[in-house]
Amino acid sequence: MSKSKWSLLLTLVLALSVFLTACGGKDSGSSQSSGGGDKGKLDDKQVLNLVDTEEIPVMDSAKASDAVSFRVMNNVFEGLYRFGPKDEPVPGVAKSHEVSKDGTVYTFHLNEKAKWSNGDPVTAKDFVYAWRKAVDPKTASEYAYIMAPVKNATAIQTKGDALYGKVDKLGVEAVDDHTLKVTLETPTPYFLGLTAFGTYMPQNEKYVKSQGDKYGLEADKMIYNGPFVLSSWKHNEGWQYKKNDQYWDKDAVKLQEINVKVVKDQATATNLYETNQIDRTALQADFIDQYKDNPDFHKIADPSVFFLRLNEKNPVLKNADIRKAIDMGWDKKGLADVILNDGSTPAYYLVPKDFTKNPDGEDFRKINGDFGKFDAAKAKALWEKGLKATGKKNVEIELLNYDNDNSKKVGEYLKNQLEKNLPGLKIKIKAQPFKQKLVLEQKMDYDMSFAGWGPDYKDPMTFLDMFTTGNSHNEMNYSNKKYDKLIKDALKEADVKKRYQMLLDAEKIFMEEQAISPMYQKGIAYIQKPYVHDIYHHAVGGDYSYKWAYIQGKK
Amino acid sequence: MSRYLVKRVIYMLITLFIIAAFTFFLMKLLPGSPFRNQDKLTPQQVHALNEKYGLNDPVPVQFVHYMGKLVQGDLGLTFQFDGRTVTSMIKDGIGPSATLGVEAIIFGVIVGLILGVAAALKHNSAIDYGAMVFAVFGAAIPSFVFAGLLQYYIGVKLEWLPVAFWEGPKYHVLPALALSVGIIAQIARFMRNEMLDTLGQDYMITARAKGISKGRTIFVHAIRNSLIPIITILGPMVVNVITGSLVIENIFAIPGIGEQFVKSINVNDYPMIMGTTLFYSALLIFSMLIVDILYGVVDPRIRVAGGKSK
Repeated sequence: MSKSKWSLLLTLVLALSVFLTACGGKDSGSSQSSGGGDKGKLDDKQVLNLVDTEEIPVMDSAKASDAVSFRVMNNVFEGLYRFGPKDEPVPGVAKSHEVSKDGTVYTFHLNEKAKWSNGDPVTAKDFVYAWRKAVDPKTASEYAYIMAPVKNATAIQTKGDALYGKVDKLGVEAVDDHTLKVTLETPTPYFLGLTAFGTYMPQNEKYVKSQGDKYGLEADKMIYNGPFVLSSWKHNEGWQYKKNDQYWDKDAVKLQEINVKVVKDQATATNLYETNQIDRTALQADFIDQYKDNPDFHKIADPSVFFLRLNEKNPVLKNADIRKAIDMGWDKKGLADVILNDGSTPAYYLVPKDFTKNPDGEDFRKINGDFGKFDAAKAKALWEKGLKATGKKNVEIELLNYDNDNSKKVGEYLKNQLEKNLPGLKIKIKAQPFKQKLVLEQKMDYDMSFAGWGPDYKDPMTFLDMFTTGNSHNEMNYSNKKYDKLIKDALKEADVKKRYQMLLDAEKIFMEEQAISPMYQKGIAYIQKPYVHDIYHHAVGGDYSYKWAYIQGKK
Repeated sequence: MSRYLVKRVIYMLITLFIIAAFTFFLMKLLPGSPFRNQDKLTPQQVHALNEKYGLNDPVPVQFVHYMGKLVQGDLGLTFQFDGRTVTSMIKDGIGPSATLGVEAIIFGVIVGLILGVAAALKHNSAIDYGAMVFAVFGAAIPSFVFAGLLQYYIGVKLEWLPVAFWEGPKYHVLPALALSVGIIAQIARFMRNEMLDTLGQDYMITARAKGISKGRTIFVHAIRNSLIPIITILGPMVVNVITGSLVIENIFAIPGIGEQFVKSINVNDYPMIMGTTLFYSALLIFSMLIVDILYGVVDPRIRVAGGKSK
């Protein structure tokens, strides 16, 4: 073969391989709605086609701890309440409830029409059974701690406690078939939202026991009380929802069928979308540029916040000026808009925006505002002041990082920015597999760490209580007596207004001391066909509701 | 022959035991716990869960427990999916993986052999160069590149074949093609070199001198003698391919087992790590036995034991 032919071939192949390097990334999902309002005439065929990134890990609500399981459970099971279109709790199995004056006793009145898919009524006993099962040490639930607000839940799970394993001491009681009384440890203003959480969903004791070890392992080894049932579940391949004819609110459910396929590769998901085989997929950063001008493209805010932990065991980072310099010394907007480019927004706070509102309906973020912003000159001044105080000229700081491609880019960006703006600083990046990174953080064997936190329940407390002195998630040795007291008092405060103020004050202390350097609040970018309507996204627990979704205008 | 087989099987079991022990102790050096939401659990909670699964015992004790169950054929439960046994996960996943692998191997070996033989017979011709250029690129470019190209052009642009999923014969074509490229390349290169070597042997000239036709010398003498090295690489190649490919399975959304070889390690799913490792090792050791027996079929000089003379 002649030389010129060779080089032609080589060029061709290289061009093709460059084109294909774009085929990376993972994670797809399903999310938010478009439109709503006037529904007009719906299509005859109400079928939705989706992808998810993983096989369903668990379908036993007492044991689940991951996003995929909770997402499925939110659509096939139903707790006392569920999150509605506005992401506020709306009646589920319970039609109403009363709260005692001190805020610690909830009495729920159950809807008589609520039924399991086998025709059994959903009763108060189903909740008592499921909740006791979740806290039972024998169940070894990885998410049992979410039951902590219920009286004695923590004691029952604590080895050595007098109540260890005594599940009948849990603060939940079936007064009669349709009345459930729940006693809490302390006033918990977000408790109603918690009852929508997967772990709080009911289980039919008779049915569960009849299935033994097999309960929840296959689609026909479960009964359902939610808007949909699982009509088939092919492990690792996908699953199918069908409308639940026994559901008490079935008139509100428009979709007849939802097909979900497990697709782990992002390029595959977009290819399926392009060939109209799926109606929606989440987008990773690499694919956003390709779609950002497409009318199908949407972005929503997620309440997960990512931040740099600043380990105060390190004598340099112990200095507050140094910590402030580090926070001010890098451009957060650049990170969110250029490096991440996935709908993430720069964060200047710990408690995310669009997450909770105070009793007067004002967003937490609006009241507390932002803390600190990018200012290279000020950062440099603070940095020099801090260095003088610690008596050092050159400092090497280790940045503990995740080992995926995206995080590596983030790490390089931080290193570049900080080394440029803070003279004498050298950042050493240490990328570790996720589990190894967690262990290092737990041992506080790092200087700075790229970390994140997603809320467990819809209240600022889920971000704040972990930073009290000695808390196991306070992995940077942060300690402030005033902060500790505010959190401790807020946990007992029955007055919701006062409590909210305490949480606002606590965040202020935390951020003014620059215990962390916030990085960004995660965004979710996705593409969705214009004929899909009213898939609702939720901040906590099962993240999507298909109950109200419908198809209109598909050819 | 049977004595030889018994001896081999005993060696196989010893090898497997050593692999199991090595893997078990190495895997216990992995930091972290197998629990899904480890980032949210406190050390106390992790400790309590470890207790429940017997992970707080000394590693040798855990090993004895594990081996005790293993000899009864119990590989334990995976940590990733509630209540599912490692055995059922491997059983569910090996179907698609092996089907795809066998398809790719059959196609790959046939095409590879043809290319290799053709290249050798037409040494230094356009066919030879063409086949070898293909072989070099096929070996150098990872299969996911071909997979992506096939998916995009044939699936999305031309819409001739499905983009992904595993629902019927036409869903097999693209992934099997993508997977077979590497096989074709490897077999073609090997076959060409062996053929060239064999064609230059004295006995080939002798055969021709005896008046045997050219076709017969090639098919009976040259190809048969060139197959020995191919059989050597074929054993591990078959095992590799039928246990699934992480990338091909991900790209075409095939519910195979390939992913678990990597993922189980990333998530510290101890029983699954052991399960996949032992499964793979057993297949590999078994394939070596088959290869040794096949040698005898192709070349009686290296028949393993009990020749006709005995």
